[in-house]
Amino acid sequence: MNNVVKMILTLSIIGVVSGGLLSRIDNWADPLIAANQKAQTEEAIFKVQPEAQNYEPVNIAGIEAYKVSDASNNPLGYSLVYSGNGFQGKIRLMIGLTSDLEKITALEILEQVETPGLGTKVTEDPFRNQFKGLETLPQINWVKGINPSHPNEIQAITGATISSKAVVAIMNVGILKMRKLQKEGKI
Amino acid sequence: MVKQVPLSKEFLKGLWEQNPIFKQVLGMCPTLAVTVSAINGIAMALATTFVLVTASLLISTIRKLIPNQVRIAAYIVIIATFVTIVDLVMKAKFPELSKALGPFIPLIVVNCIILGRQEAFASKNTPFRALLDALGMGAGFFIALVSLGGIREIIGSRTFLGIQILPDAFEPWLIMILPAGAFLTLGLMLGFANMYTDRKKRIEKESLIEQYKRVSKVEISMAQEGI
Repeated sequence: MNNVVKMILTLSIIGVVSGGLLSRIDNWADPLIAANQKAQTEEAIFKVQPEAQNYEPVNIAGIEAYKVSDASNNPLGYSLVYSGNGFQGKIRLMIGLTSDLEKITALEILEQVETPGLGTKVTEDPFRNQFKGLETLPQINWVKGINPSHPNEIQAITGATISSKAVVAIMNVGILKMRKLQKEGKI
Repeated sequence: MVKQVPLSKEFLKGLWEQNPIFKQVLGMCPTLAVTVSAINGIAMALATTFVLVTASLLISTIRKLIPNQVRIAAYIVIIATFVTIVDLVMKAKFPELSKALGPFIPLIVVNCIILGRQEAFASKNTPFRALLDALGMGAGFFIALVSLGGIREIIGSRTFLGIQILPDAFEPWLIMILPAGAFLTLGLMLGFANMYTDRKKRIEKESLIEQYKRVSKVEISMAQEGI
């Protein structure tokens, strides 16, 4: 009996002490973690909209987008966060769009778990720079092995076709959603 | 019972003789998963060493207060607390590193090096010895992870700690930064470690035999002279 009481008491004390300690540390760390995440998002918003100075979030459920404007508040376009399936897991993109949603300003990859050395090439400049000034109408297409001949085409990476296709597909779905919202006059 | 092991040995055994990776083969999951680069190996080893040292110190201090039946549960709660602290601090102060190591920081909780050392050492020894043991094991883990990560980074992406050291003419071996590269490198390292130990043992054995032969010869000749 004595032993049982001792067992319960020991575990309870350890639990209470570690719980208290963790809550103190969490109180300290939580605002810092939130600030880090905000800084990361902000950096990406401006990376895909190089001329932008200000941004405000678009308040529509189900979509994460930011309306960006220059120093004198003239609207420049949107930074759209959209994710979908890649080769091995989720790919999360930040897509810079002009106000009429017809052209892409730039593309950033926020998160991906593609194959190192192959699929991860989608995060590198040669691939991403293809999207600068790319037309989105009627949709983005990809070609393989040949140079793109239309203003809405990009070249897929050899050895990482699935990852390249996935990026294009995610962008198309995201832009389509934005276009629908714009037609309804919501953004 | 009085401990006969000298204090320096308590620390040094973790480096090679009982190295957690090369000799005890513990904690394989983080070892194989995070060592795509030397910096990842360093971060992982430091985080693990911090947890190992703090947990060992605390557990060896209160080892007599914890009833035997609930000791594993108590160890796990203590270890988990320290791991969560590391995870939160890393997320708050080093977000890039925490992203690179991903789920492997929370998984330190179940790293068998830590629980293994508590059960095998910290629960039976004084705090000072437990501290030395934990530091030694942490250093051994550090050596193993940095060499493994370094080799994979140099061959797999031509760099060491982010600085290019192999010329562009060298085509990086992609396989080295894929999971298969981890198995290959670790397997070869374990093989070489065993080869070295075996050879040392053989040489020791042979020299011992030689010694006996010499001694017995002398004895024989002495005996003959005696006659």
